[in-house]
Amino acid sequence: MKLLFSIFVSILISFNSFAAGEAEKPMKVDWSFNGFFGKFDRAQLQRGYQVYKEVCASCHSMKYLSYRNLGETGGPEFSDAEVKAIAAGFTVKDGPNEDGEMFERAGLPKDKFISPYPNEKAARAVNGGAYPPDMSVLVKARSGGANYIYSILMGYENPPSNMKIEEGVYYNKYMAGNKIRMSAPLSDGSVEYSDGTKATVSQMSQDVTAFLTWAAEPHLEKRKRIGFKTILYLLIFSVLIFFSMKKIWSRVESKV
Amino acid sequence: MSDTNYKPTSAFGRWFDERLPLLTLFNGHLMQYPTPKNLNYWWTFGGILTFCLVTQIITGIVLAMHYTAHADLAFSSVEHIMRDVNYGWLIRYIHANGASMFFLAVYIHIFRALFYGSYKSPREVIWILGILIYLLMMAAAFMGYVLPWGQMSFWGATVITNLFSAIPLVGESITQWLWGGFSVDNPTLTRFFSLHYLIPFLILGLVILHIWALHVPGNNNPVGIDLKKDGSDTVPFHPYIVIKDLFALVIFMIVFAGFVFYAPNILGHSDNYIQADPLVTPAHIVPEWYLLPFYAILRSVPDKLGGVILMFSAILILAALPWLDTSKVRSAVFRPIYKQFFWILVIDVLVLGYIGAMPAEGMYVAIGRVATVYYFAHFLIILPILGFTEKTKPIPASIADPIFTGSGNPAFAKKIDKDLQ
Repeated sequence: MKLLFSIFVSILISFNSFAAGEAEKPMKVDWSFNGFFGKFDRAQLQRGYQVYKEVCASCHSMKYLSYRNLGETGGPEFSDAEVKAIAAGFTVKDGPNEDGEMFERAGLPKDKFISPYPNEKAARAVNGGAYPPDMSVLVKARSGGANYIYSILMGYENPPSNMKIEEGVYYNKYMAGNKIRMSAPLSDGSVEYSDGTKATVSQMSQDVTAFLTWAAEPHLEKRKRIGFKTILYLLIFSVLIFFSMKKIWSRVESKV
Repeated sequence: MSDTNYKPTSAFGRWFDERLPLLTLFNGHLMQYPTPKNLNYWWTFGGILTFCLVTQIITGIVLAMHYTAHADLAFSSVEHIMRDVNYGWLIRYIHANGASMFFLAVYIHIFRALFYGSYKSPREVIWILGILIYLLMMAAAFMGYVLPWGQMSFWGATVITNLFSAIPLVGESITQWLWGGFSVDNPTLTRFFSLHYLIPFLILGLVILHIWALHVPGNNNPVGIDLKKDGSDTVPFHPYIVIKDLFALVIFMIVFAGFVFYAPNILGHSDNYIQADPLVTPAHIVPEWYLLPFYAILRSVPDKLGGVILMFSAILILAALPWLDTSKVRSAVFRPIYKQFFWILVIDVLVLGYIGAMPAEGMYVAIGRVATVYYFAHFLIILPILGFTEKTKPIPASIADPIFTGSGNPAFAKKIDKDLQ
């Protein structure tokens, strides 16, 4: 009966995948942060930040991150001096001062990432009505996560000849409906990596996706580390309790 | 249970106990309480559920210290918890996955009661209190899911509160009253937060009544027969049941930790990491997994009011179960036909859950309707008739000395023995 049920369910699932088989399934990438002991690759996160800053940030905000986060453990781990320099590269509106005036100053590590647009309407006005989503938790906000984001960045192709594409819309084989309002953001050499890594589209896409994954889940490394210890502890504890239980129950004629 | 000879060992204990017999109460209900010695691991979920409730209350209190119940701030306050509050991510992931674990445990607990006939006389009141707890759990979970103010929060709240508009004449007014306005908005969020904080304590009160009611007739057991009066069928709750419950709890916690640390978002919907937007409707609005079977029942009826009635009936029908099941035999171990129908019901509920997650179109609607009809048929037709027609197996006289161990058919005895483990 259980076999019958599993057959039944698998038929249903395959039926479903036919029905929704428009966008391709995201590619699977062997990320360094996958698995029980997954960790971010610092150099990759630093390169990813560079791609974000030089490419994505012209349209996409990351309003839940602060510059100080870039120096915290488990992230890109820029040095304190580097974080200060990064923050100082931005102009922040502050105030009011004692005269009641708003003023501009250089950014500090405590500041949140500066958004490219003052508000959503401004963003839509510039982007032909489309709103580039905030990227702080984007990886967690898309089913498929990092694989999906990477696939979208890699999924730009010429549309099939039978498909009509309107002005300002682009073909992407991993996007639902195969249409996306963002033009292909990366091309070979879009950024110049200081560590000598060759800036191919695939390389930059992986780097920036890793960076966005960290941004969405900044405590990922700590979570996996504590998780391993917790489960190990519970396993040892369960063995101890199991033998205590056997001993206690050996006093009565019954099975546990 | 009522060990009237109990005297605390310390002088202060005796002084206090004479004035407020708390120690006597604990001794009677948490130490001496006679428990059937043949309870299997399906009986450990009561303790596990108590753990779940306490975990949700403690993590919830801490989250409430950092959360902001406001439509403009809720989403970012959750991100604040996830990023800047010390171990905030851990507390939130425990709380969010804890809800799923709570429902996982309660479903096992409920199906255990269904299999072993724990709802039958004299335990009807325990069962009905349990249904009330389950209803409150659903309310608490639903409102809790609204609080992060993501897309699924908002649209889930919109779909569920809109159900009340199906009520004739007053439906529209009731819905507006629930919302505190003309749509799901800030007043809805703040009242849901208030109620989400209140309900767990109501559950706690009902849990105490649930245990109190349980301790009057005592536990049911896998054989499903009444225990002998001389106490030879029982062991004291402490240490026997305590250690066994603890072992099961630790195993449960390993599964729990697996979700919290390695797949914390797998049970949630990715859309809930998008801030609520009243102008953008998600492609598919789905509730959390534990509500899916009822969602499937709701959608299997083309008429809104009919769907709402059917959905609530699906839960309330459980309250009538002690009277719908006409069989005098409690445990399914001795009810060969009922046992099969039990497993068909389990599959039926799983199918309903699957249908609830799928879009309401084509084949899914048809399967959902069949599964819905079967769900009600199980309780309204199969169970009442089965009690009269089913030929049950011989029931042992006691759990300590089951007749079948000495009976002439060792194969049968072995099979029953296996069923009881």
